[in-house]
Amino acid sequence: MISTSHRQSDTIEKGSSLGRDAWLRLKKNHVAMASLWFFLAVVLLCFLLPFAPGIPNPNVTHPDLQSMKPFSSATSIEGEEVFYLLGSDHLGRDILSRILHGGRVSLAVGFLATAVSLTIGVVYGAVSGFIGGRLDSVMMRIVDILYALPFMIIVIILTTYFGNNLWLLFVCIGAVEWLTMSRIVRGQVISLKNQEFVEAARSLGLSQWRIIFRHLIPNTVGPVIVYTTLTVPAVMRLEAILSFLGLGVQPPDASWGSLIKEGADRMASDPGLLIYPAIIFGLTLFCLNFLGDGLRDALDPKSSKD
Amino acid sequence: MDTLRYILSRFGQSIFALLCIITITFFLARLAPGGPFLDDKAVPEHLIEQMNRNYGFDKPLIVQYGLYLGRLITGDLGPSLGNKGFTVNEVIAEGFPVSFMLGISGLVIALIIGVPVGVFAAARRNTAIDYILMTAAMLGICLPTFVIAPLLGEVFALKLEWFDVAMWENSSAWFLGALTLGLYYSAYIARLTRGSMLDVLSQDFIRTAHAKGVAPFKVLFKHAFRGGITPVVAYLGPALAGLIGGSFVVETVFGLPGLGQHFIKAATNRDYWLINGTVTVFAVLILVMNFLVDVIQAWLDPRTKSK
Repeated sequence: MISTSHRQSDTIEKGSSLGRDAWLRLKKNHVAMASLWFFLAVVLLCFLLPFAPGIPNPNVTHPDLQSMKPFSSATSIEGEEVFYLLGSDHLGRDILSRILHGGRVSLAVGFLATAVSLTIGVVYGAVSGFIGGRLDSVMMRIVDILYALPFMIIVIILTTYFGNNLWLLFVCIGAVEWLTMSRIVRGQVISLKNQEFVEAARSLGLSQWRIIFRHLIPNTVGPVIVYTTLTVPAVMRLEAILSFLGLGVQPPDASWGSLIKEGADRMASDPGLLIYPAIIFGLTLFCLNFLGDGLRDALDPKSSKD
Repeated sequence: MDTLRYILSRFGQSIFALLCIITITFFLARLAPGGPFLDDKAVPEHLIEQMNRNYGFDKPLIVQYGLYLGRLITGDLGPSLGNKGFTVNEVIAEGFPVSFMLGISGLVIALIIGVPVGVFAAARRNTAIDYILMTAAMLGICLPTFVIAPLLGEVFALKLEWFDVAMWENSSAWFLGALTLGLYYSAYIARLTRGSMLDVLSQDFIRTAHAKGVAPFKVLFKHAFRGGITPVVAYLGPALAGLIGGSFVVETVFGLPGLGQHFIKAATNRDYWLINGTVTVFAVLILVMNFLVDVIQAWLDPRTKSK
């Protein structure tokens, strides 16, 4: 008897987890998968390639090699052989290298601020939704008030605190970006908290914090992932706007935003300076948005709009 | 009666939110490192002290806050520390209409383009037209204002020579600026409209309407549109707030004399009263907008009130 029941349990089909199902659905979405691979490629290129041999320092100027054409190589006045895959800018700096280094700053800042907003938003929303009652209405009223803050203006004021430290600035931007995330998580938690597994956890005598962090938050992961993929491009856009206004990355360092600004200033004489960073920036945001849409369809098939 | 109570309570909340925003920005600006009288040149210590005394910055912060609120109630935003001889009221009176008109025109353009595109894409969902329109909208979201703005300037002003980018008076820069802002938000609105229209179109009453033989066009605009447009109306408040931030960029690109440049300069030079004044004016604008949006929403969808 025992041996047969063993054999039976061996043949029982393995359950398919939510994550696996979602991944299979995502794999069928070619646009989202292409976006995912493209985005990963951009991340790898920006974080690894600048350290490869043959990639020039992005801040080294060659006054004698200004505005070189793409695919040109030349010998600088110091006798150094330089190859410009995408040409050089008005100071003789390698455009490709500046785009890669700029991308590192843009992406890292996007990830950092998103991580901060994710942490605050998820914890805030989960606590508010789970405890409920008066605490919930006070916490959500605070969110309502913060929503009415003119966001861009507050960010510009924050730059006066951290003008010379981009990383701290973006930690702070993350700290004001969490509002929507907290609303999403709160909604999820409210719909989850009356289900049986929470009741079971309660009857086992688990503490409120343990229920929130171990049982509720992991169940909100779907919408949170989707919103995260949409927050990264939003923050990257914000960084670019700040750099464009001269409040973000300070020269000679670069980010995609500051490169686009430099390019816009010299658009008439050298359109490549604007076009290359704008294309890579646009494509990266494009991919992240498509990936976010794809993930939403994959993680929550019911919400799929098509 | 119910509606009136709802409106009154939303009004009270707006006033409270305004007070909070004024308080936050007052302390945020005042606690920032540096001061308005620091210069690249070394300024003698006693001069700075004298200036601080003149403007009352030597008093305890909480006293200054009280004085500031008292002045604010009378509508006096104080002197501008960065623009000598001008009050904040004068600076804002000069720049605000430009930023405001830019934002409103952008919003109108965004609605004129975005809503029909969204409704059309929803009506023709999963066809080539739908995919093309939605890809275009996604591109519009990803190509930020500061890429579109110089490109539009390049094409219309430099290549086609329709407009003169440097001139505000001939209203061309104004048009290009509004178009830049509008295109960006039209993309958002198109996506939002499509999504909510699809939600409504999948409901039973729409099927009933079709079954009764109502013309498809009438179903779309008479039956579905009112429900489908509600999220778009709700989005107008945040959109206006975003448009104001966006208008700062557009003003920089097209050289428009709006509040954007003044505000950025004020923030970097710690022009306290101009910072606070600008935030207050914009916060009032956003809150009024949100208030109107809530009222319109309550009218469009009576269920909103009970939420």
